[in-house]
Amino acid sequence: MINFNSNSIVALLLSVIFSFLFSVNAAANTKLNTEPNSKYRAEFTLKKTCPPSFELMEDGTCELRNMYQFYNSVQGRGLGGTQTSLPKHRDGFTPAQIDLGRYLFFDPALSKDNSISCASCHQPEKGFSDDLDRSIGITGEKVGRSAPTLWNVAFLDKFFWDGRADTLEEQAVGPLFDAKEMGNSPEHLLKTLNAIPVYLDMFKVAFPNSDKISIADISASLAAFQSTLISLNSRYDQYAHGHHDALNENEIKGLNIFRSFVARCAECHQPPLFTNNQIAVIGTPDPEGMPFDIGAEKTFNNKKNRGGFKVPTLRNIAKTAPYMHSGGMKDLREATEFYNKGRGHAIPEGEDLLIHWHIWEPDLQDKELDLIVEFLQTLTDESLTPKLPTKLPSGLPVIDRKYAQQKQKQQNNITVSGDEDE
Amino acid sequence: MSKGKILGVVLIAGAFAVGNYWGGLNSAAVITSSSGGASFSGGYDASKDAELNSDPVVIEEMKGEVIVVNDGESIMAAVKAANPGDTIQVMPGTYHETVYVDKENISIVGVIKEGARATLDGKGILNDAVLYSGNNFLIDNMKIIGYKGNGIMGQAGNNFIIRNNLIVDTGVYGIFPQLGKNGIVHHNIISGIEDAAIYVGMSDNIQVSYNDVFESVAGIEIENSRHAIVENNYVHNNTGGILAFVTPGLPIKTTYDVIIRNNFVVDNNHKNFAIPGSTVGMIPAGSGIVIWAGDEVIVEGNIITNNKTAGILIAGHNDFGKGSNDPESEPNSDRTMILDNFMMNNGHDTIDEVKALLLTEFKTGNADIINAGSGVDSCIINRHRYVTAGINSWKECDFTNTKDIKTYLLDTPVPARVIDKSERGKIAYLGVCTGCHTYTDRMIGPPINIIQALYMDNPEGIAEYIANPTKKRDDYPEMPPQDYLDEETRLAVAKYMLSRKN
Repeated sequence: MINFNSNSIVALLLSVIFSFLFSVNAAANTKLNTEPNSKYRAEFTLKKTCPPSFELMEDGTCELRNMYQFYNSVQGRGLGGTQTSLPKHRDGFTPAQIDLGRYLFFDPALSKDNSISCASCHQPEKGFSDDLDRSIGITGEKVGRSAPTLWNVAFLDKFFWDGRADTLEEQAVGPLFDAKEMGNSPEHLLKTLNAIPVYLDMFKVAFPNSDKISIADISASLAAFQSTLISLNSRYDQYAHGHHDALNENEIKGLNIFRSFVARCAECHQPPLFTNNQIAVIGTPDPEGMPFDIGAEKTFNNKKNRGGFKVPTLRNIAKTAPYMHSGGMKDLREATEFYNKGRGHAIPEGEDLLIHWHIWEPDLQDKELDLIVEFLQTLTDESLTPKLPTKLPSGLPVIDRKYAQQKQKQQNNITVSGDEDE
Repeated sequence: MSKGKILGVVLIAGAFAVGNYWGGLNSAAVITSSSGGASFSGGYDASKDAELNSDPVVIEEMKGEVIVVNDGESIMAAVKAANPGDTIQVMPGTYHETVYVDKENISIVGVIKEGARATLDGKGILNDAVLYSGNNFLIDNMKIIGYKGNGIMGQAGNNFIIRNNLIVDTGVYGIFPQLGKNGIVHHNIISGIEDAAIYVGMSDNIQVSYNDVFESVAGIEIENSRHAIVENNYVHNNTGGILAFVTPGLPIKTTYDVIIRNNFVVDNNHKNFAIPGSTVGMIPAGSGIVIWAGDEVIVEGNIITNNKTAGILIAGHNDFGKGSNDPESEPNSDRTMILDNFMMNNGHDTIDEVKALLLTEFKTGNADIINAGSGVDSCIINRHRYVTAGINSWKECDFTNTKDIKTYLLDTPVPARVIDKSERGKIAYLGVCTGCHTYTDRMIGPPINIIQALYMDNPEGIAEYIANPTKKRDDYPEMPPQDYLDEETRLAVAKYMLSRKN
């Protein structure tokens, strides 16, 4: 309940003042730290240990370990039941490459004008996504599609909603050099990073065989970092490993509806990854005023893929609203209901789409839709969220200026309201 | 695909065929005896299955308890109470529930008393009757009626046996093992299914035999699966009898090495009542055996009669249906092999596309074998017996029977993956514990070196604590219990934790 007493009004005022002061400070903070200041440089040392869940091997690389390695599955694809293995994944990067990737990922120096980082659209506390229908790029305008989560990307073999990249490295250069996203160019990016002494040091450590910073090394370290975003310890996973009390009765009911051949959710969102890594045409609507998004038709130059998009993982799905490629569905209930409304119900007039055969009219009851949503919450696991750097080699604010301001504001609110409690 | 388009494809195919036809006309029949001669030597070579050769482990026999479920009680409650190895005996009566089995080595056996069966009745409300994901699952003697989804659905369980079940009007699939290896579906009676009565999906090493499937859209469907034998089934009055398909858009992309032999495939003329959009919705009523993008399918010794469209239809994704949007799935039916079959009175009321294909070869008879696809390396013996179209380029098979292949089932069950105890500890430690603990630094939980100091020679103490943690430190959050790890793994983790040096 909101209780406007004099204390809270003072608190509000103070927070406004604080945030104003901070924004003034932060506004100035878009200049790169290009001074060869050895004291500043000394503050940055790349890690020598692997992230949690990774084992340091004798050759100095990190390999992923997880409980699903106890299981086998048909064709090695890692699809199907509760106890199946995971598909092939990316690992084998060194701790230094992973840690360098972490700095780069959160550093706005990677964008054309130092205003946004990879993490601007893939924020750790928002399921490595943002809470927008479509992300806002460097121009301040919305881009074409929503930001997909990065959790468990190590297991994927297609990237972007339309599946146009096959590797994380190939994916990385997409947003970096897209005019609407980070707006950078290879030349400008290399110039920027080469001017930052800390990065020059770091790249030497992470890539001892390269004599200068290259785009390949940048995308490799971004891939290295992203391949450590592992989410496989949710309550669902405990259930899968045999602890059946990990889910309550409703959640198990939800799981059973989810995997039933009436709802058919699990046919495309197959455990344990909760995606089958395929492209599917399901006919979700685009927001009003937006032209129809042809999706994977362009990627594969095949009309039959018109309106086709990658099946996204549902891990940490509760954290990444709104949903679908253009973010048209505000919550999980609405997204679940879409499938219940009938095959092709949202296809715009004049479009002829080859809707996936799994999409039909399941005719689920409202109660059953609620139970599916309840089950989806059990897929949340952020225990391996990597630490945000406290400062960056570039001297820029971590993630971006807006984010830093917001964090500062929250900090001030906590401080002020803490005083209020006393 | 529209009729016009199909006709177009047919005409083009026909133009190629005409040349071949004139060459073959009036040549004497090659009569081959299928009782002698060479046997098929291809197929599945078990010795090359590395997984099996590595360290075969015979899975424990079913030697657990017997749990009896009486009418009015819950089968699911019995499954929850069961331990691996237990058998659940279901007495005659009506059970209104969805039974899910996420455990290994569970048997559900219906008891039949004077013809009365244990009946699972979905009353048109419940989704699926039985879902299993555990390995070594057996279900026997059940009657299943009135579910919206599937009768029995498997989700990646290996070594399954589904037999002696009576399944009527259960919606989409009667029996649907998916993503499993080494399974038997036999002696089931199934009817009234909107898609396939028996649908083997994305699986390996499967035996489907002695089933009676009728009045469904598809009788038996082998889809995106390998090393499957479909034999001795009675497949009648479905829209399509036996299907070997590659459905595009699925993560497992191939169907090959399928033997369809010694089945009765008769009178499959039922009106197609498939759900709009389903793959089988395209099947013309009266299709005996349909091969659609499946490779290395052998059709042998079947009695294929009175299927009004054709006895055997062979096509690829681009020839028939809506085509493929999947660049990774190869669209053609390659290496089809047709040995002796008894075929009679098929294609007596066929579709225009089949008529047109026959016409391209100047034939008007009742269609036994129709190939509308452009697959390669197919063969046939005794082709003179049948009315055919599109097979003039096929070779004579260099074998005449498959009698050397008794089964594709494995000699020993697919073993569970065996991981050395020390490895088990390491994986659980790295996979779970390191989310909250590092060696020297404070994370969510205390550092490992402090835990080591406390429990030096006492791994059992750690194992006990992680199963039932209590709050010990004011400045740390309470640890959630890790009792989902089994006892052995908990001790292995504890030992591994104590052995860490960084």
